[in-house]
Amino acid sequence: MTCKYELYEPAWCPGCGNYMIRTALKMALEELEIKPHEVVIVSGIGQAAKMPHYISVNGFNGLHGRAIPPAIGVKMANKELHVIVESGDGDTYGEGGNHFIHGIRRNIDIAHFVHNNQIYGLTKGQASPTTAMGQITTLQFDGVKVEPLNPLALALTMGAGFVARGFSGDIPHLVALMKEAIKYKGYALVDILQPCVVWNRVNTFSWYKNRVYHLPESYDYTNKEEAMKKALEFGDRIPIGVIYKEEKETYLDRFDFIKNGPPLVDVELNPLDAEKLLEEFR
Amino acid sequence: MDYSLIVGGEAGQGMDTFASLFEKAIKRCGYNVYAYSDYMSRIRGGHNFFNIRFSTENILAIKDNIDILFALNEETVQIHKDKVKDTGIIIADEAVAKEDNSIIHLKLSEIAKKLNNKRVANTVGLGAILNYFGVPMDIAAKIIKEEFKEEIADVNLKALEEGYKLLDTKYNLQIREDDKILINGNEAVGLGAIAAGCKFYCGYPMTPSTGVLTYIAKHANEYNIVVDQVEDEVAALNMALGASYAGVRAMTGSSGGGFALMVEALSLAGIIEVPVVVINVQRPGPATGFPTRTEQADLRFMIHAGHGEFPRMVMALRDTEDAFYQTVRAFNIAEKYNIPVLLLSDQHLADGVTSKKPFDLKNIKIERHIKRHIEGEYKTYEFTETGVSPRIIPGKIEGATVLVDSDEHDEYGHITESAEIRIKMVDKRLKKFELLKDEVKEPWHVGDEEPENLVVCWGSTYGAVKEAVENLSDEGVSIAALVFGDIWPFPTRKLLSLSKKAKKIIDIEQNATGQLDSLMRQEALIQSDYKILKYDGRPFTADEVYRRIKEVI
Ligand SMILES: Cc1ncc(C[n+]2csc(CCOP(=O)(O)OP(=O)(O)O)c2C)c(N)n1
Ligand code: SF4
Ligand SMILES: [Mg+2]
Repeated sequence: MTCKYELYEPAWCPGCGNYMIRTALKMALEELEIKPHEVVIVSGIGQAAKMPHYISVNGFNGLHGRAIPPAIGVKMANKELHVIVESGDGDTYGEGGNHFIHGIRRNIDIAHFVHNNQIYGLTKGQASPTTAMGQITTLQFDGVKVEPLNPLALALTMGAGFVARGFSGDIPHLVALMKEAIKYKGYALVDILQPCVVWNRVNTFSWYKNRVYHLPESYDYTNKEEAMKKALEFGDRIPIGVIYKEEKETYLDRFDFIKNGPPLVDVELNPLDAEKLLEEFR
Repeated sequence: MDYSLIVGGEAGQGMDTFASLFEKAIKRCGYNVYAYSDYMSRIRGGHNFFNIRFSTENILAIKDNIDILFALNEETVQIHKDKVKDTGIIIADEAVAKEDNSIIHLKLSEIAKKLNNKRVANTVGLGAILNYFGVPMDIAAKIIKEEFKEEIADVNLKALEEGYKLLDTKYNLQIREDDKILINGNEAVGLGAIAAGCKFYCGYPMTPSTGVLTYIAKHANEYNIVVDQVEDEVAALNMALGASYAGVRAMTGSSGGGFALMVEALSLAGIIEVPVVVINVQRPGPATGFPTRTEQADLRFMIHAGHGEFPRMVMALRDTEDAFYQTVRAFNIAEKYNIPVLLLSDQHLADGVTSKKPFDLKNIKIERHIKRHIEGEYKTYEFTETGVSPRIIPGKIEGATVLVDSDEHDEYGHITESAEIRIKMVDKRLKKFELLKDEVKEPWHVGDEEPENLVVCWGSTYGAVKEAVENLSDEGVSIAALVFGDIWPFPTRKLLSLSKKAKKIIDIEQNATGQLDSLMRQEALIQSDYKILKYDGRPFTADEVYRRIKEVI
């Protein structure tokens, strides 16, 4: 069996940044020599969340905002699967904000690729939690009146062990980030800047292209204070790369029977095992 | 033989311990026990009580009147005094309601003080009451040794001994063979889930459902079960679905408010066809309602919850034994049809402690319906005659992937907008509902074969209804009850046949609108003649059901 992934015809607009993200994902998985049946992509609803339909893997395309909980369920049930969450900025930071926060607290071994186009793509251009203040949208006629959310800073304050930013227009860089995130033992957030060519006329390809820069070789991604500075840098210049990384105990490892036992899915079931539980009721 | 005791006081006065020791002692003497706990949504203060009934009969409900009231404070005397039978007694510590000479005052705290441990006063009372019923001291002493930590077991044993000296024996309980277990509804559900091989249970604390979560958590490490206290109930069902998709048996549960948050994911379970078991341990609503009390007002909600049309099965749990076996069965049915199976319990069942024959684990089967090998290409939603598509576990078969999708999808699970496929997929899912109609079990039939008066009820009202119907039947009234467990799809065969001959149909429910009655009209074109409804948050007593049936027949 090879580690080649098939691609299916997407329903994304021509020129959409999602194509590049898919290309990078395919390359990352192939270069890591992971077989398609060993991967589960869990997603919510949105343009980004259609990913499991467009590449030949196991897929759980669930509800808007709710990709993280099933991803946790999948990983707990079978620690041998590579679990990847693909979701939009609205999906992750809006509708699913609570799961995002509490998912970080668990530090479960999942790679999370957020396609951050700073807009609601699928529902035609309303503001997302990362849309800039004042930006005019198809719904915010007078401009957005709430402050944007900074996902990287939030993840850092919540104690995430792997926080990174990528750009869909820099495929080799993105492939490397994705590979590192997939290999990372714990929850790995990669916020990927992705132009939506239809609904976000502010954060266009060239808007991002002119701003992003690679974090230098000398950058120390183990320094949390530096990381926070980089996370907050989102303006004329936007750093991309691994912003913060630390080794941490994962959620799975906190369950002895998972850490030292077989995947839950392989545990034999025998009702008679429960017989001894009757004793405490005698 | 049939006696009842109430022990009451403020939250935090140690009634729980007293009640569980007393229940156990009586059960070990070979008697059936039913104990209901009535508590408030607060941690200290207020008025809480346990009503503990014991009998040679299989009782599952409390009575109106009691034989002994053990009052830990004055308020308890005031509230429950009138329930004490003429032959009954009230006992309390000397300090409680000093002037009230209807009370037998005992030196409970004085003795405790002498033993240098104020907290053993209730154990002194326990000794006194056990001796009153003629329970041999060695039975109680053994329980104290089992239940208390070593450091405090001795002082409690002394307290017990002192207590035995305080009251004369009035009832001399004959020791019978004890072959029972004592278990409440939440524990029975938890035990059922563990026996059924549930490996993933997640939930968010909400009274009165928390007991299921706690019970499973207590045994999680022994049985390789992941118990996750999720951030909210939205996460709960989504997470359980993820675990189930990946191949383990998964369950979640809550009370009505939490279940309301799961509704979108319930609909997801319907369209992605991933099996899951969900329990709603009902409490009175709307919204926060009566957090610690009982009601059966979520029947319609469970049947209809979720947008769109998809098959599900709803099982109401009738007593602890039923709760255990139905939970196991729920997992098997969920996996047989790849559907959500919903269990419906309530506070009355969840907290009610009953003595039951130990559950028979040897006769339990785990039926998983999972394919380990496939030929050719795998399609998650392959069209089949029955509507049930073969299920495989992601990652287990090289070259095969499993795609589930909340969008309408084709056989592969890929998004589609095709009108033709849409119709086929809807029909496929609904076909499974037709199969469920053969899967549901008819209601339990209590009483006469061809009754003139037909009672219908569901879930945990079983205990009170059964007792009332049996008593009326003994008095020569032509009466029977149908007690629904499986309730959606709605089984109609027995109802149709008994209702033909019955002159009166009486619907008994713990809600204000008669939801079972409306279901009968909808599904069987049968309407009840009388409704006996109760929605004060307190469970029916057997006497109350008896009286209210008498009023209408
Ligand atoms: C509960 C619920 N609310 C709303 C929607 C409608 N909806 C679908 S996708 C979406 C937003 C998509 O934005 P984003 O997550 O940023 O993804 P994008 O399309 O931009 O990739 C919304 C509001 C839904 N499907 N479900
Ligand atoms: S709407 Fe925007 S995000 Fe969606 S496919 Fe088109 S360009 Fe991409
Ligand atoms: Mg978006």
